[in-house]
Amino acid sequence: MTALLQAIVLQAGHNAASVVLGAALLGLAAGAAGSVMVLRRRALVSDAMAHAALPGLAAAFLLMAGLGGSGRWLPGLMAGAALTAGLALLAVEALAARTRLPADAAIATTLSVAFGLGLVLLTLIQGLRWGEPAGLEGFLVGSTAGMLRADVAAVAAVAALVLAAVALLRRPLALLAFDEGHAAASGLPVRLLDRMAMLLVLLVVIAGIRLVGVVLVVALLILPALAARAWTRRAGPMMALAAVLGGAAGWVGAALSAAAPGLPAGPLVVLCAALLAGLSLLLRGPTARRRPDRRPLIDAAEGALWTRLRLKEPRSPLLERDDGRTPLGAVLPAETLEALRQGRS
Amino acid sequence: MNAPGAFPEVDLRDSPLALRGLTAGYGGQPVLLGADLTVPPGTMTAILGPNGAGKSTLLRAALGLLRPEAGRAFFWGGDLDRMRGRVAYVPQRASVDWDFPATIEDVALMGLQRELGLLGRVRPRHRDRARAALDRVGLLPLADRPIGALSGGQQQRVFLARALAQGADLFLLDEPLAGVDAASEESILRVLRELRDEGRTVVAVHHDLGTVLRRFDRAVLLNRRVLAEGPVALALTARTLQATYGGRLDPLALAGLDG
Repeated sequence: MTALLQAIVLQAGHNAASVVLGAALLGLAAGAAGSVMVLRRRALVSDAMAHAALPGLAAAFLLMAGLGGSGRWLPGLMAGAALTAGLALLAVEALAARTRLPADAAIATTLSVAFGLGLVLLTLIQGLRWGEPAGLEGFLVGSTAGMLRADVAAVAAVAALVLAAVALLRRPLALLAFDEGHAAASGLPVRLLDRMAMLLVLLVVIAGIRLVGVVLVVALLILPALAARAWTRRAGPMMALAAVLGGAAGWVGAALSAAAPGLPAGPLVVLCAALLAGLSLLLRGPTARRRPDRRPLIDAAEGALWTRLRLKEPRSPLLERDDGRTPLGAVLPAETLEALRQGRS
Repeated sequence: MNAPGAFPEVDLRDSPLALRGLTAGYGGQPVLLGADLTVPPGTMTAILGPNGAGKSTLLRAALGLLRPEAGRAFFWGGDLDRMRGRVAYVPQRASVDWDFPATIEDVALMGLQRELGLLGRVRPRHRDRARAALDRVGLLPLADRPIGALSGGQQQRVFLARALAQGADLFLLDEPLAGVDAASEESILRVLRELRDEGRTVVAVHHDLGTVLRRFDRAVLLNRRVLAEGPVALALTARTLQATYGGRLDPLALAGLDG
């Protein structure tokens, strides 16, 4: 327990402190960018991008090792990852637009093909004995080995950029996520905003694959947003809260891994985020859980009622409570209400 | 080309919305074929037609939300891009997720997007305008409620408030009365009539012939092509309706019309 507390307050050694800070900053960025994706209903596209980072990493390693290096120069690996992740995004869009595949199938196809290619390349690398491939598999589920202060600085830069962009553009981003047709009709640069949001996710993915890995990074994008949605009913506060919760999950998860050597940081961070999401849904369920939709029933009954009564005055205290819903039980005989229910179900 | 006299003699610069040969569809399959239309200012026009007739497609193509295969839409004789602030679009309410985290006031504020720009801050005067728009549709008391709790009629009124907040001169509404309770229908039609009386122009996709006959000035009958256009009494005849709806129309509904 003291080991965990020490890790949480960054007193468990230099390396552990770097990992904890890096994970927390990554969580901040992932929470903010992820909530934009979740609201826009594009969360799965970010998963495809994350998985598609793997073949890029492996190809970059092969290229660099083939040219005689160790193949482990991080900026080179990241550039490769970003390239194929971006290509995956284009592939998803092209498949959805040009073929009969619906969007979800286009995403699944891209994700699995890219990931399969990545695994083949990784296996190839192990057999080739070029460069120094040890630890490359850490990109699958993340690793904290050799997290340097420079890495933390890079993650911090990504986090600052993502947070600034989401904070500045939160209103148009929410508008676009809510109603694309209206957004486009009012002249909002829809494509540009979507591209920018994807770029933010790409940055988070690239920053996150070292720590959390390509397989798990999507969880860090989605879970904080899910948790935040349970606590707030407005888009702006949801984005802010998702960032905070993501940061907390990163901080605590990485500290846990530092306190219990041998336990992997990435999965622990994801589990912490899942715990937050689970608790949020448990405590604040009704705002997030879908209740059976009785609105059509109420609309129909209201309509029937107004026609029957031929009321000229559209508002009446008897018929409309302050929340605008008509208390049907108060004005309709029980058997009529029951008949309506039967007819609807 | 078109026969002389096919269009009313209107200077395009006076017409808030005019379509010339507008053709659009999805995946290379045209739904709307060569639509010609001239909407006079200060009128309430209903676009009528059976399911799949291209009513929504017409609005979406005119607004550039769907790339037209051919033809053009003119807004006061010019491109939409120069006139966007004057055009408000109200999509079908079923086209959005009403579990989205937003309050009723948030949605009304979205109508001010053009004014605010990408980075503008919402100031009290913007809030006042959003609230005034909500007041007009009778939703001001609910301004701070989440939109998830609204009935269908209230959802439609929020959408209308968002368009009102924009302060547009042309309102394009897609099925504003679909699945709406009678009280909301009354309230929406009243606001639309007020807009018309202020000299603004209302074009609504609609499906109920009765409402159109009683409440709208002009009607457009559409079944992939524009089959009739004009003042309600002239455009809606047994013959044009038969041509639009085929055998699908209730003979009783036709009985009240002049042949």
